[in-house]
Amino acid sequence: MIADSEHGSQHMPEQEVQATSPQPSGLPPRFSAFIFIDGFKAALRSVFFYVLVGNYVGMGALAHGFGFSFGWMALSTLLVWAAPAQVILISTLGTATLVEVAVAVTLSSVRFLPMVAALLPMLRRAGTRQRELLLPMHFTAISVWVEGIRLLPSRPREQRIAFYNGLGAGLMSAALIGGAFGFYLATKLPPLLAASLLFFTPLALLMSASRNSRTLLDRLAFGLGLVLGPVIAAQKVGLDLMWTGLIAGSIAYAVHWVREARR
Amino acid sequence: MSSGMEPYLALILLGFLPSEVWRWLGLVIGRGLDEESEIILWVRGVATALVAAVVARIVLIPPGALASVPLSVRVAAIGCGFLGFLLFRRSALAGVLVGEAVLIAGATAFAG
Repeated sequence: MIADSEHGSQHMPEQEVQATSPQPSGLPPRFSAFIFIDGFKAALRSVFFYVLVGNYVGMGALAHGFGFSFGWMALSTLLVWAAPAQVILISTLGTATLVEVAVAVTLSSVRFLPMVAALLPMLRRAGTRQRELLLPMHFTAISVWVEGIRLLPSRPREQRIAFYNGLGAGLMSAALIGGAFGFYLATKLPPLLAASLLFFTPLALLMSASRNSRTLLDRLAFGLGLVLGPVIAAQKVGLDLMWTGLIAGSIAYAVHWVREARR
Repeated sequence: MSSGMEPYLALILLGFLPSEVWRWLGLVIGRGLDEESEIILWVRGVATALVAAVVARIVLIPPGALASVPLSVRVAAIGCGFLGFLLFRRSALAGVLVGEAVLIAGATAFAG
């Protein structure tokens, strides 16, 4: 990594800056590693660690059920790092058109835009470069984000990126452990228990959506999606996940809008 | 999926990039975006409905061993799971346990 030469180098020759603080965040590397480990430990203490292990046991079984390799499943956790997007990818890649898969995945992940936007002011400080933020942004998923928003304010600003990276790596390893366990179990369990493991993912998605939906908009969108999904799929028009999302989501939004306008 | 590089290429092009692009966009244009703005609310509705459709899809067109469980049992199990969630003080764990119990009991009853 290259030292930040635009900021903080006024008092030292450039060579010396690079020698003493190779971390772009301006922290000595060992110190930064300690902060990272602090973040990792915070992940182990988080309830999300255990929720993620459970969720990804189901994901591992699902990947096995749809015929994916273990390496592919683990890589999808590392690269996609979004449970709904991974479920869509795993469950549609074999049957839907490529465009449909990509559209459904991207629609399910739009939520990252406002999450990232809300998180950035906490991580940025004068002189923070965009590329230092790429890794924290990649780690941003609902679990890491919620814990980050909760824990970051108590950390000095110059420690936050390393801490958040540790938090993200810790929670991602929970998902990798769960996924590996689920994949392994799916190969060993008798059919009935394997079926119950596969059923875990739809149940967990339903529960987390129900728990997070506090507004009429969320509830209506989920309920309509559940009912309209199969109806639209039966029309065989293609892109049924996308159409369900757009139609059911727009109806839910319209109802919400009308209600707000009446107030 | 077929073996070889294809699934990995699909993972990058259809999984990683379509998802990651929103994190990058958030980094580039995210400044000053209001989380309660109308467009964000609409997007949240679309994404929520899409996840619901995925739940319905897995229950109706299930993978692997789940396909051997009768459709009626799968639908009953997801419904009972939701009822369990509502009855036990909106506990996600209770919902999952009730749903799984009904699935296993139902599948056993139909098999035997």
